[in-house]
Amino acid sequence: MTDSNHDIEQPEGRVPKRVIGTPSPAADTALLGTEEQHAGDLDVPGVTLQNEATAKKGEKIAALCFTVALIAGIGFIVSYVAFQVGDIDKTQVSNLALGGALTLALLSLAAGIVVWVRMIMPKYNLVQERHPMASDGQAREYVAETFLQGAAESGITKRPLLRRTLLLAAAPLGLAPLVLLRDLGPSYADFPKKLRHTVWGEKTKDGKHRKLVVEGTGAPIRAADFNSPGGILSVVPEGYEHDLNALAKATLILIKFRPEEIKSGTNLNWTHDGIVAYSKICTHVGCPAALYEQTTHHILCPCHQSTFDAADGAKVIFGPAARPLPQLPIAVDNEGYLVATADFAVPPGPSFWERGDAEAEVRENGGHA
Amino acid sequence: MSTGTVPKPIASTSSFIDDRIGAGNFLKRNLRKVFPDHWSFLLGEIALYSFIVLLLTGTFLTFFFKPSMGHVVYDGSYEPLKGIMMSEAYASTLHISFDVRGGLLMRQMHHWAALLFVAGMMVHALRVFFTGAYRKPRELNWLIGVGLLTLALLEGLTGYSLPDDLLSGAGLRITEGVAISLPLVGTWITFFLFGGEYPGEDVVSRFYSLHILLIPGILLALITAHMILMWVQKHTQMPGKGRTNTNVVGAPFYPAFMAKAGAYFMFTFGAIALLGTFAQINPIWLFGPYSPADISAGSQPDFYMGFLEGSLRLMPSWEINFLGFTLPLSVLIPALVPMGIVMTGLALYPFIERWVTGDRSEHHIAERPRNNPHRTSIGISAVTFYGVLWLLGANDEIAAFFHVSLNWTTYVGRVLVFAGPALAYFITYRMCLGLQRSDAAVIGHGVESGVIKRLPSGEYIEVHVPPNEAIEAHMRGKTAIPVIADTSADGGGIPPKGMRGPLGKLRAKLSKAYGGEKIPLDGEHPHEEHAAVGSGEDDKSLTRH
Repeated sequence: MTDSNHDIEQPEGRVPKRVIGTPSPAADTALLGTEEQHAGDLDVPGVTLQNEATAKKGEKIAALCFTVALIAGIGFIVSYVAFQVGDIDKTQVSNLALGGALTLALLSLAAGIVVWVRMIMPKYNLVQERHPMASDGQAREYVAETFLQGAAESGITKRPLLRRTLLLAAAPLGLAPLVLLRDLGPSYADFPKKLRHTVWGEKTKDGKHRKLVVEGTGAPIRAADFNSPGGILSVVPEGYEHDLNALAKATLILIKFRPEEIKSGTNLNWTHDGIVAYSKICTHVGCPAALYEQTTHHILCPCHQSTFDAADGAKVIFGPAARPLPQLPIAVDNEGYLVATADFAVPPGPSFWERGDAEAEVRENGGHA
Repeated sequence: MSTGTVPKPIASTSSFIDDRIGAGNFLKRNLRKVFPDHWSFLLGEIALYSFIVLLLTGTFLTFFFKPSMGHVVYDGSYEPLKGIMMSEAYASTLHISFDVRGGLLMRQMHHWAALLFVAGMMVHALRVFFTGAYRKPRELNWLIGVGLLTLALLEGLTGYSLPDDLLSGAGLRITEGVAISLPLVGTWITFFLFGGEYPGEDVVSRFYSLHILLIPGILLALITAHMILMWVQKHTQMPGKGRTNTNVVGAPFYPAFMAKAGAYFMFTFGAIALLGTFAQINPIWLFGPYSPADISAGSQPDFYMGFLEGSLRLMPSWEINFLGFTLPLSVLIPALVPMGIVMTGLALYPFIERWVTGDRSEHHIAERPRNNPHRTSIGISAVTFYGVLWLLGANDEIAAFFHVSLNWTTYVGRVLVFAGPALAYFITYRMCLGLQRSDAAVIGHGVESGVIKRLPSGEYIEVHVPPNEAIEAHMRGKTAIPVIADTSADGGGIPPKGMRGPLGKLRAKLSKAYGGEKIPLDGEHPHEEHAAVGSGEDDKSLTRH
């Protein structure tokens, strides 16, 4: 075994590019060799062979790794059959068995190959030349000439009628896919109008005001029962408890105050006995502003921490939201249940281009939309 | 150890192929293609292999996932949600998690692989940036990389929204809130994306086709182009002994690099399997089905979206109303500006740098970050900017964990997002120069040998020895950053073309500040030998840093 430990760097041409089936390059490099050559040895500059002892050891370690990978791979298949799923505990066991076996198989395979590379394959320090990326001037010239010649041959340069009609023909075909996208959107286009209205503005089938019902249970709320100050409820419109489109705009947060706690920002005409209803949809980007701090009357949106003062018309006191949560006009019906008497005066939820200063318009109209 | 002849089955198969497509010529050129070695060259491979794992696990998931927002009543084996109304998408994700063997493992591996994919791309991009490996002739591959990163974020966003659980729905709601805030086209974009009002019944199936077909298709095409360009242009190499701008030194593709790459793929795959097995991720069954009326506190997006979350949280409540229109700056600025700065900055940097330095030559030696102090400082500034936003994306967690006021984390963040990058620039610049000085000291005076010698005069000095050959070669790989030649002095006071006018003057100034040699390696003590005997006082002052 020759330990050819010469680090002489060789230009690319000297590094034999060995192709399967060609004779060993050892003969070519023998001129450079300072050590005795053994016929058939891979003795090339920049390639330092491992000594046989290391290689033997490496072979054993790699083989061990591959055997572990084999066993783990079989373990994966066995686990698939042996462990069933169906509840949390069973799924957990199956997941651990499958994942553990897969991990072990992959990692030991990786380790084995690394041992193979490091302990059995030679150490390499090969050198290749780089060539400038640009093609030489002759090639460029040839391409330029051919390009012009081809263009002339095709007639595209001297036949404007051909050229122009071709371009014209391509234009509508290029637009066609865009036209096809139209039906991605709904059949109507008055989006701002849609965004301004919620189901609170619609009467029920029997022509009554829509009841406020508790989210989850769907139970209507008797004002007399919602009587502990500081109380809070998440409220949805009756009949739309599971309509996500309706909920995305109409969900409310209902808060009970002592009368003296309510400040001037709140529209008292829209409250009932200290009960105030605000849109739960944050005016920033639309997350539900679901957190309420009783002592400070702060409503907090957990997404970006916009904070609203519930006692003062839900005006913004912190965070990125620019507008208060819209207040919903509520009252009680003749059975004593809380109902919405009208829609929000301003569009609830995040701002959009066509929205404008809806709050100012309401103020000008004396509190009506 | 004779190489012998090629075994018959291989020989006949290769002849068959070669006779038909002439593969021999390609292999002749490429089998022994040399790949340089450095640990930092492996970062991009993490992203590549994660992508393969994503394709494998993702294909498995599509066999069971139902991309529909139709309502069903859950009747699977997860007890707590039995009888609850939910979308088919969420129900099928529960089905994958609890009723398909290996389903939970594949789901968790898919999610972890996605995180690793984006993280791998980010650190790879930083490596390329800080070593200047994007310079000519690799600008095109750099642009492909920026495109890949952008698409990966989009791919992550669409995939994250598919399970239709409460957490992913919150992310989707924020996406909608941002989209609808766009001037002029906002409402159109949202109504077209959701097929009507939010949330509608279309978005999951639309995101599904984007997530499993369109975006991965483009990613695959771009990744292929990225690899081909890397192959054709040959990889950059670190400066070192025998390595020049016109050669490439390393291990051959066949067999060493091939085997190493295979092992590395297995390692990445194994690491993802390990995480998917033992580190729970996105336990959607705990979140419940999506409803626009509900949210849980402490909602956090995947890490790569954290910086957008942070910038949304930091922004003051600015909104402009004019002529009946609304410009919600409190949404527009944080959603578009940081992302725009980072992505546009990345894409344009090679071209801006070329404009400033006037450098038109090819570069194949990776620069050590210290040797281009302004670039490194700009990079660290950008990292700090991103980092502050990312950190503030979790300000509620920070406030809760450290028991500090939530509002104050925001106020501090608003200052830090500007002060942090500026400070980082200054500190990094000084550090780069300091490191360059230390290199110059090693070259000029050698390294401390640990041997103390007494001079005849009675003075004690530490003997310095010449640095290790490899280290010296590594340091001497430094080249001065080109500066646009200012010929106005010998041209009779007339500045050269391209340096006239206000823009030209700015360019000249930038060039002078950015380029040149700040601390020459041999500059300070040109006649100093790599002496066995150090030079006393002066020496110490230089090596102390």
